[in-house]
Amino acid sequence: MSAPAGSSHPAASARIPPKFGGAAASGAAAPAGPGPGPAPHQQNGPAQNQMQVPSGYGLHHQNYIAPSGHYSQGPGKMTSLPLDTQCSDYYSALYTVPTQNVTPNTVNQQPGAQQMYSRGPPAPHIVGSTLGSFQGAASSASHLHTSASQPYSSFVNHYNSPAMYSANSSVASQGFPSTCGHYAMSTVSSAAYPSVSYPSLPAGDTYGQMFTSQNAPTVRPVKDNSFSGQNTAISHPSPLPPPPSQQHHQQQSLSGYSTLTWSAPGLPSTQDNLIRNHTGSLAVANNNPTITGVDSSSTTSSASPMPNNYDALEGGSYPDMLSSSASSPAPDPAPEPDPASAPAPASAPAPVVPQPSKMAKPFGYGYPTLQPGYQNATAPLISGVQPSNPVYSGFQQYPQQYPGVNQLSSSIGGLSLQSSPQPESLRPVNLTQERNILPMTPVWAPVPNLNADLKKLNCSPDSFRCTLTNIPQTQALLNKAKLPLGLLLHPFRDLTQLPVITSNTIVRCRSCRTYINPFVSFIDQRRWKCNLCYRVNDVPEEFMYNPLTRSYGEPHKRPEVQNSTVEFIASSDYMLRPPQPAVYLFVLDVSHNAVEAGYLTILCQSLLENLDKLPGDSRTRIGFMTFDSTIHFYNLQEGLSQPQMLIVSDIDDVFLPTPDSLLVNLYESKELIKDLLNALPNMFTNTRETHSALGPALQAAFKLMSPTGGRVSVFQTQLPSLGAGLLQSREDPNQRSSTKVVQHLGPATDFYKKLALDCSGQQTAVDLFLLSSQYSDLASLACMSKYSAGCIYYYPSFHYTHNPSQAEKLQKDLKRYLTRKIGFEAVMRIRCTKGLSMHTFHGNFFVRSTDLLSLANINPDAGFAVQLSIEESLTDTSLVCFQTALLYTSSKGERRIRVHTLCLPVVSSLADVYAGVDVQAAICLLANMAVDRSVSSSLSDARDALVNAVVDSLSAYGSTVSNLQHSALMAPSSLKLFPLYVLALLKQKAFRTGTSTRLDDRVYAMCQIKSQPLVHLMKMIHPNLYRIDRLTDEGAVHVNDRVVPQPPLQKLSAEKLTREGAFLMDCGSVFYIWVGKGCDNNFIEDVLGYRNFASIPQKMTHLPELDTLSSERARSFITWLRDSRPLSPILHIVKDESPAKAEFFQHLIEDRTEAAFSYYEFLLHVQQQICK
Amino acid sequence: MAFTFAAFCYMLTLVLCASLIFFVIWHIIAFDELRTDFKNPIDQGNPARARERLKNIERICCLLRKLVVPEYSIHGLFCLMFLCAAEWVTLGLNIPLLFYHLWRYFHRPADGSEAMYDAVSIMNADILNYCQKESWCKLAFYLLSFFYYLYSMVYTLVSF
Repeated sequence: MSAPAGSSHPAASARIPPKFGGAAASGAAAPAGPGPGPAPHQQNGPAQNQMQVPSGYGLHHQNYIAPSGHYSQGPGKMTSLPLDTQCSDYYSALYTVPTQNVTPNTVNQQPGAQQMYSRGPPAPHIVGSTLGSFQGAASSASHLHTSASQPYSSFVNHYNSPAMYSANSSVASQGFPSTCGHYAMSTVSSAAYPSVSYPSLPAGDTYGQMFTSQNAPTVRPVKDNSFSGQNTAISHPSPLPPPPSQQHHQQQSLSGYSTLTWSAPGLPSTQDNLIRNHTGSLAVANNNPTITGVDSSSTTSSASPMPNNYDALEGGSYPDMLSSSASSPAPDPAPEPDPASAPAPASAPAPVVPQPSKMAKPFGYGYPTLQPGYQNATAPLISGVQPSNPVYSGFQQYPQQYPGVNQLSSSIGGLSLQSSPQPESLRPVNLTQERNILPMTPVWAPVPNLNADLKKLNCSPDSFRCTLTNIPQTQALLNKAKLPLGLLLHPFRDLTQLPVITSNTIVRCRSCRTYINPFVSFIDQRRWKCNLCYRVNDVPEEFMYNPLTRSYGEPHKRPEVQNSTVEFIASSDYMLRPPQPAVYLFVLDVSHNAVEAGYLTILCQSLLENLDKLPGDSRTRIGFMTFDSTIHFYNLQEGLSQPQMLIVSDIDDVFLPTPDSLLVNLYESKELIKDLLNALPNMFTNTRETHSALGPALQAAFKLMSPTGGRVSVFQTQLPSLGAGLLQSREDPNQRSSTKVVQHLGPATDFYKKLALDCSGQQTAVDLFLLSSQYSDLASLACMSKYSAGCIYYYPSFHYTHNPSQAEKLQKDLKRYLTRKIGFEAVMRIRCTKGLSMHTFHGNFFVRSTDLLSLANINPDAGFAVQLSIEESLTDTSLVCFQTALLYTSSKGERRIRVHTLCLPVVSSLADVYAGVDVQAAICLLANMAVDRSVSSSLSDARDALVNAVVDSLSAYGSTVSNLQHSALMAPSSLKLFPLYVLALLKQKAFRTGTSTRLDDRVYAMCQIKSQPLVHLMKMIHPNLYRIDRLTDEGAVHVNDRVVPQPPLQKLSAEKLTREGAFLMDCGSVFYIWVGKGCDNNFIEDVLGYRNFASIPQKMTHLPELDTLSSERARSFITWLRDSRPLSPILHIVKDESPAKAEFFQHLIEDRTEAAFSYYEFLLHVQQQICK
Repeated sequence: MAFTFAAFCYMLTLVLCASLIFFVIWHIIAFDELRTDFKNPIDQGNPARARERLKNIERICCLLRKLVVPEYSIHGLFCLMFLCAAEWVTLGLNIPLLFYHLWRYFHRPADGSEAMYDAVSIMNADILNYCQKESWCKLAFYLLSFFYYLYSMVYTLVSF
């Protein structure tokens, strides 16, 4: 959870950093962005830190007081508090408990104290509470949410909490008191609640001091929800709040102890305090602390035994886990300080309990069970970055929280979110006056404003993002906000850790068929309530046993309930026919044009190299076809001495010359296949055939693939000119830069669409590689991939010698294409909470039912988008959930289901809706909608719609939320990048007018918008610009023993370019390095390997491997950027005076061009429109 | 009692209107059919079912498309006949729908031959909802006009 918080608020944090400029934060933050999974702990930590820290900081001050107030009340006044009774109870309970716990900890972290506590409170309570709490946790949490979410302050808290998280993480990494201060504050909010509040009273002094500096964030109630859930359960007993809670804590603490010991080994030899803190944090993170309480012993035991069933889990490799473990050492230091401060609290008797409890929780959940770790990782938005952070945060949070709480309590009495100042994301920004709107660090996905537990459990934003992280309660509210509501999915993303579950019964809701997920609520031990349709279901007997912990009666601790991203291995119920083998068919254009371009050599070479790496099992089959004006089949039947070529010249009525031997087993016929691949490039060198019968070849391919399904890879180099599906050139070169009408964005014929539908019906996907130098009507050809769930690659002006960079790109893309994961005969279903409904899907697929996408193939690089509408008011729920289930056949012939679940809060005020905008997701969804609009209506319509989206949302904000002067163009901080991104879209190849754009380029850009996942799409829309001639190690991150410098982002404007510098622009699929005329010769010599500017060649696509520090830095930075994306981008080094610089400059979207506004002009235009 | 041209028009439109009502009912059933699908992914994930389902969708869309021109032309014929018969009120009632049909026919997305009920996009909930609503509205309109024609027919026959 903590982790998510950090990640979630990236945007806010990113902004903040500049202000607070925590040295640590800044350094760390910059690197984090790329977040390659493998990044070392440190990296992760820093990245998160940056984000989080800043926010935490800011929050600190603000929240500080308020939180304390809450807390203080918690213990004493719990009942009196205005908040929901549950909440109050919760708090109080938590507080009380924590306080008790705390004291012990502070005083002595000895078990004895804990035991005493445990004794003191009635054991039964605990048990009951635990059960109840667990079940209730989700529901109660949601309640809290609602309550919290509505008030502004609550909002803030949420935000803060993330900050806190980050802070924690950062602390952990840094592990120093000074940092701790910052971090600590953040931490407090999340975990601290319970424990803090109480302790504050007694121990407050020392803690308070500590906290004051650190704790500001404490306020965050979100976490409380989870707790509250428990509390709610507990709360009943809690009329005497303290005792029950204590019990809980005690139990937990006890368990914690045991766990502690356990954990201790795993962790670095952190001090006891630290460990405790850790555990505590962990516990907090876990939603189910109660559970732990129930079986403290079990938890510990569970930890050690790994689940039999889990494949994935085994590694323990949850990213989070890893990170946590790794990071843990770092965090420890931070916690220490707290404990130190603790001594004061120690004086207070109560405090002891809290720490133990914390510890206990963490243990049971966090460490022992890998899942928690996982959750943490996922939960944090950071996910990309580092999972570990969450854990950490939890850590520190506790200690920090304590002080903070104390102070707060003393200073303020109410739980009320009083302090809750406006969330950072709502801070009004005057767009026309803010000169540097672009943050220096990458923009992160905002973290949904959930309680800490849910946050931690939530799906990673890399897989699943919503344009509004606060879902409006009604369609009317959504309409008022004038923002698009939708989801962006990257369901089959390459994951480093994924729990894989084998089980005879996959637990699903009986009415809506939702898979069980972390956001369901357990009503009692044997029943759970679906979070999408609210039906109460039975828990099957098998589910009662937790294979991970080898314990019985803990359905809530099953991996399905601990992870929002899981994969099930489906039973035979899920297949009507045996899973299909991996079947690959290559359909190659061998007309004169194709041979001239020379792609065959590259393809055959790549295939030869990767033949063994093709995903598949022993049943894998492969086949080849070539075509010009006739169609050639290759008989590769085992036993033949050499491949046999069969030519079918009747293209009007294509038939298969032999039924069997065209698709052959890869392993049985490997020699023949290799022979063929070696011979192919030279077989057609003297061809004079210029025609291309693509349509008939596809029909033949379809016939060939029909019995099995699989993947067809089509390589085409020109307009199909023969047989069915022939196309005419529709592009008028004179219209390329037209500002008025762009025609022919739609297909010219429905042949390819029909073919794609047929293929889709036979579970065959068609992937198109278009390598052409002339217009090839991609708009029509793309249909074959669009509706069969294939993918499209386009290499304009491809030539293997004249255009080596394209050739290299093809080679690298092919390597990825051939070796990446693949899923066959897939379907993806998206479900959402009752009241929401989906309409309009974007991506490559066939929509088979209103919520079911049919995907003949699924690949890890495919992204999807869905638009949502609110059909019924969501007033009676505080949380909404979305679940995507992707059922596919793996290349090994296993039927698997990958399930992602996302949980978001519902809000009722417009301000909250604006506070939760995920501007990147919104822009990607808008881009998808604009593509549809361009095709169905016209490009100018789409452009107008994009501008209107900005105008409408900003004017809606101006007239409803902000009360500031209307003359200025105001935007909430969460939306401040919106106009910039829309301007970037308007200047994107897909939508630009006035600049010469080839029709195929434009259509390809549109195809990419539709099918790219968000992260890649954002780089396409708004490239990142870095200055690289002065890279330093300041803020660098460490990845795989390499130091990766993290230069700040520059805004995309020529004003940032200086002749004395060199700049790297990352456009997703292309890198440009622009070298200024006056660039330092040292840089040119050390990095580029030339003596001076004049000697740099015009076409340069590689950085030489020089043994200098600056070269090493530049290369490691570029490599690091490259590693973060599936398709290797090509690098162009552009000299200031070379003709290629136009390409570079067209990406400087903040500048004025002949045909388009500058950013400032665009703002004025928007303002003008608003005032109309 | 006068068997005028107007009376003849009403008699003819009465019959044709009945056929239009059948068309629309068929549309409604077809959209319902499209919407209904197995909720159980075990069925849906089935590759064998996938093909069946896809064929089904394509078939339905194809039939829907085939009905478009007859429906529109029959309705156009109404308007023409009422124009000839100088039944201005009736004509006025039908003109809005005529224009809607013209708009719908010429404003379809311009891809290939089959624009209106496209198997690829029909399953998008917004399109499906729109089509369903359109069908229900038309059903109401045709039913009402059926009785109106009946009344008008009798009225013209009885009047002199």
